[in-house]
Amino acid sequence: MLSALDRKMLRDLRSMWAQALAIALVLAAGIAMYVMSEGMLRSLIDTRAAYYDRYGFAEIFAPLKRAPNTLARRLEAVPGLRFAETRIKKLVTLDMPALAEPVQGHVLSYPVGGQPRLNRLHLAEGRWPAPGRNDEVLVSDAFAEAHELDWKAGDTVTAVLNGRKRALRVVGLVLSAEFIYAIQPGAMIPDNRRYGILWMSRAALEAAFDMKAAFNDVVASVDPGTDPAAVIDAIDRILEPYGGTGAYEREHQVSDWYVSGEINQLRNMANIVPPIFLAVAAFLLNVVLTRWIDTQREEIGLLKAFGYTTWDVAAHYLKLVAIIALGGTLLGFAGGIWLGRGLAVLYQEFFRFPFLYFHFTGSVFLISGGVGLAAALMGTIGAVRRAALLAPATAMAPPPPTRYARSRLEGWFRRLSQPSRMIARHLVRWPARTGLTVLGNAAAVAVLIGSMFFIDAMETLIDISFHRAERQDVTVTFTDAKGPAALDAVRAMPGVLAAEPFRSVAARLTFQGREEREGISGLIPGSRLNAVLDSDFQPVSVPDTGLVLSSKLAEKLGAGIGDVVIARVTEGRRPVLELPVVQISETLLGSPAFMDFRHLGRLMREQGWMSGARVHLDAARSEAFFRRLKDTPAVAGVAVKSATLKSFRDTMQENLFITIFFNIGFAAIIALGVLYNAARISLSERARELASMRVLGFTKGEVAYILLGEMAIVTLVALPLGCLLSYGLAWAWTVSLDTDLYRVPLVVSPRTYGWAVATVLTSAALSGLAVARRLGRLDMVKALKTRE
Amino acid sequence: MADRTPTLQARGLTKTYATGDVTVTALGGVDIELFAGELVVLLGPSGSGKSTLLNILGGLDRPSQGSVMFQGRDLAAMDDAGLTAYRRDHVGFVFQFYNLVASLTAAENVELVTEIAAQPMAAGDALDLVGLDARKHHFPAELSGGEQQRVAIARAIAKRPDILMCDEPTGALDSKTGTLVLDAIDRTNRELGTTTAVITHNAAIADMADRVIIIGDGRIQDVRTVTLRKPPAEISW
Repeated sequence: MLSALDRKMLRDLRSMWAQALAIALVLAAGIAMYVMSEGMLRSLIDTRAAYYDRYGFAEIFAPLKRAPNTLARRLEAVPGLRFAETRIKKLVTLDMPALAEPVQGHVLSYPVGGQPRLNRLHLAEGRWPAPGRNDEVLVSDAFAEAHELDWKAGDTVTAVLNGRKRALRVVGLVLSAEFIYAIQPGAMIPDNRRYGILWMSRAALEAAFDMKAAFNDVVASVDPGTDPAAVIDAIDRILEPYGGTGAYEREHQVSDWYVSGEINQLRNMANIVPPIFLAVAAFLLNVVLTRWIDTQREEIGLLKAFGYTTWDVAAHYLKLVAIIALGGTLLGFAGGIWLGRGLAVLYQEFFRFPFLYFHFTGSVFLISGGVGLAAALMGTIGAVRRAALLAPATAMAPPPPTRYARSRLEGWFRRLSQPSRMIARHLVRWPARTGLTVLGNAAAVAVLIGSMFFIDAMETLIDISFHRAERQDVTVTFTDAKGPAALDAVRAMPGVLAAEPFRSVAARLTFQGREEREGISGLIPGSRLNAVLDSDFQPVSVPDTGLVLSSKLAEKLGAGIGDVVIARVTEGRRPVLELPVVQISETLLGSPAFMDFRHLGRLMREQGWMSGARVHLDAARSEAFFRRLKDTPAVAGVAVKSATLKSFRDTMQENLFITIFFNIGFAAIIALGVLYNAARISLSERARELASMRVLGFTKGEVAYILLGEMAIVTLVALPLGCLLSYGLAWAWTVSLDTDLYRVPLVVSPRTYGWAVATVLTSAALSGLAVARRLGRLDMVKALKTRE
Repeated sequence: MADRTPTLQARGLTKTYATGDVTVTALGGVDIELFAGELVVLLGPSGSGKSTLLNILGGLDRPSQGSVMFQGRDLAAMDDAGLTAYRRDHVGFVFQFYNLVASLTAAENVELVTEIAAQPMAAGDALDLVGLDARKHHFPAELSGGEQQRVAIARAIAKRPDILMCDEPTGALDSKTGTLVLDAIDRTNRELGTTTAVITHNAAIADMADRVIIIGDGRIQDVRTVTLRKPPAEISW
C-alpha cells in the first residue's frame, strides 16, 4: 500500500510529465552518448583482437627480393620464433572493365588443400581453389563488391602477371585480417575499386613469376613473452643477403596501422566528447531541478505544517527526482546499448570483420548512471534543504513580495515600458539564476557547434590536402625506380599537360633513440603539382639540401630545425644518411618527410631516377591517357585524385560521420530539453503574477511578452557565449582526433554557427510556443484567491 | 447620489461546476443590477457564491446560463478577447492578496495599467487619492500590507474604470489597516463616482454601502438599501 505522500508523488509526476520527460531526455542523451561510444569502442577492440587471434594474424612481416625455400628451416630455428610462413607476394596490374585506368593489386600465394598457420583467410562466399587449377583465384570481398564480381557466374579478373595478361577465375570471396584496410602502396586512403587483393596457388605464382622453389615474403609469430625486436634482428640477418628490406612488427603493418589509427581516433572521441556531453547534461539537470524545487516552496511548507519531518519532505522530492533520473538513466542505457550495437555493426561492415563481439563493461554503466543520478540528487537536496529548513509558518504565511531593489541599471530601465521593466528587474534580481540559465543555454549551443564543426574541419582538411598540397590530377607509379627517360615517356602520352617526377624511398628515420618508419619523398623545387606547405598552409619550395619534416613526424621524432636525423634507407644501395632538418612543413594527412628530388637522387646515387610522376591532365583526353597506361607494363598503379577524394569522403561518411550525426542528434535533444524546461519553470515562477495581469486586462500576447521576452533575452545572451564555449569544445575535438592518420584543423564556419544558432532558436521558439499555449490556460480566478 | 441607470445588468445567472460525477451549483439563478455610481456590498459567508458572481460580473468567468449586459453587450456571449478588452477598458480590480507586481514600484504598478488604458489619470494623482503619493517609489516589499492594498486600489482606479470590483479587500488586513483601505475605496467612489462592488463576509462593512445584497447558497437572499452610508472610519470589527 502506497503512503499518501507516495501517491501524491506519483500524481505530481503524472501532472508534470512533459517537464519530467524533458529532464529525463537531457540525462538520457548524455548517458546514451557515453554508453554508445564506450560499448562500440570496446566491441571494436575486442572483435579485432578475436579476429586476429582466430585467424592467426602474424606478428612479424619480412619482405625480401627472393630466397630459396630451403631458407625456411633457418628461419624456423630463430629463438623465440613460434611459426614462420614463407610465401610469394607480388604487385600486379589488373585490367578491370569498369575503369579506364589500370588498377593495382597484390597477389599472394595461399596453400591449396590446407590452411596456413598464419594469416588464414575467412571464406565469405564460394569455395577454396581446387588442386591443380592454376587459374583459380580468391578475391578480397571488398574488391569483388566494388566491381560486382560474381563467382557463381564464373567471372574472371584480368591480371598482368610478370608482363603477361592472364584471365583468372574467381572461385571465392575472402576476408583477411591482413587487409582489413586495403591500402595501395603509397596511398593514404583505401580505394576498393582501384586496389584489389588476390590469392592463388603457390604453384601458379611460382610459374608466373619464375619463383620456382622460392619465396619473397615471410610472416611470423613469436612465442608468448618473447621480445619481437630480437626475433626481427635475427630474421633481418638471415634475409639480408636475399634482399630483405627489413622485418617489421604488426603495429607497422599498413592495415593494422590504419585500423589502430581509426580505433584510436574513436577511443579519443569516446574519452573526450561523451564525458563533456555527460557533464553538460548533469549540469543542466542540476540547474533545472534546483529551479523546479524552488517553485515548490509553498508545498514544502504545507507538508511540514502537517508534521512531516524535513527528512520526510526531502525524501519525497528525492524519490520524485530519483524516478525521473532513473527513467532518464535507463532510457540512456537502453538507447546507448541499442545505438552502440547499431554503430558497432556499421563499423563491422566498414572494417569487414567476419563477426562481431558486442559487449559492455559494467563500469560504463556505473560511471554514467552514477554521474547522472548524483547530479540529479545533489541539485534536489540543495534546493529541498533550503525550502525545508524554513519554519512551516514562514513557508505557509504569504511570503513578503520578493524584495527588489534599484540596481545600477535603473536609469536605463526607466526608459522601458512597465512590462519591459518587469523583465529587466527579474533578470537582474537573480544574477546567479540568470547566469546559470544563460550558461545552460550556452552549453546547448556549444555542444551543437562542437559536434557540427567537424564537417567544416573535414572540408578544410580536404581543401588543404587535396587542393593546396596535392595539385596533380593523376599520380602514376612505376613498378620500380626508372631513369629520366620515363618522364619523357609520360609527357608524350595523350592528354598530359604537365608532368613532374617524384622519388619515394622507404627508410627508417631515427633521432635520439626514437625511430619512425617513414618514406622520404623527393620533390622538384618549386613544384607546381605537389606543394610543401608552411605553418599557414601556404606553398613553399623544398630547400636544395636537407630534410623537410612534417610537423607530425617532427613531433613523433622529437626533432626540430637544425637537428640531424639519421635515415636508414631500405632500398637501392641502402645508404645510411645523416640529414639535417631544414624546414618543418604542415600536413594534415599522414606524417611525411620531403627532400629535393635532385638531392635525394644524388644521395641514392641514382641521379634523375623516379618512382613515378605527377600529371596534370586534359580532362577531355583522360580516356586515351588511361588506355595508354593500361598497355604500359612499367606502370604499377595510377592514383586519380578525384577518385581518391571521393573515396576519402566515402570513408569519412561511413565511419566518423555516423558518430558525428549521433552527436548532433544528442546535442539537439539537450538543447530542446534545456530550453523547454527553462521556459516551463519560468512559467511556474511567474504564473501568479501573469494571471493577475490577465485579470487587469492584459491580453495573452502582452502577458506572453513578459515571459517570452525574458526567455528571448536569456537565449540571445547565451548565443554568443555558446559560440565562444563551442570553440573550446571544438578544440577538444581536434585534440582528440590528432592521430598519425590525420589531424583535424580547428575551423568553425559561419554556416555551422548559423545552423547551431538556428537550431537553438527553433528549440527556444518551440518551447516558447508550448508555454505560450499554457499561458492561455492560466487560472485567473485561482491567482486572485491564492497567496504567492 | 446613485441614479437608477444600471451600469451592469445580469439576468438568470447560473453557474455549475462539473467535477467528476458531482455537479456543484455555485449560482442558482441570480438577477442583479449595479447602478451607476453606487457602492454595493455583496455580503455572504464563504461558499455562498459571491466570488463566483463577482468573477462573472468582472469578466473573469462565463455563466453556465443567463446574461450579463454591459453597454448593450452580453458578457456571456463574449470570447476571450472580448472579455479581456472589457476588463482592460471598463473594470478595476482589487484583490484580497493585493497581487502587486513585486518587481515594479508603487508608481510603476499603477503605470502598468495606465500604459494600456484609454483615458487614465496620472499615476501620482491615483496614489494621491489613496494617500500614498509619498511612497510611490517604493517596491511592494518595502510597503506594509495596508499600503500595498492601497496601491492596488490606486492601480484599479487609475484607468477611470466604469466598475470597481473589490474581492475581500480587507481579508488579509487587521481592522485598523482595513479601515484605511475601505476609506480609500469610499473616497474614490464618492469623488470619482465609480460604480463599486465590494464582496465580503464581514457584515460590519455593509454599513458603508448604498445597497447591501445578501447572498447565500448561490442565490440572492435579501437586498437592503442603506439610507445613510457610514464613513469607514466609524466602522470597526
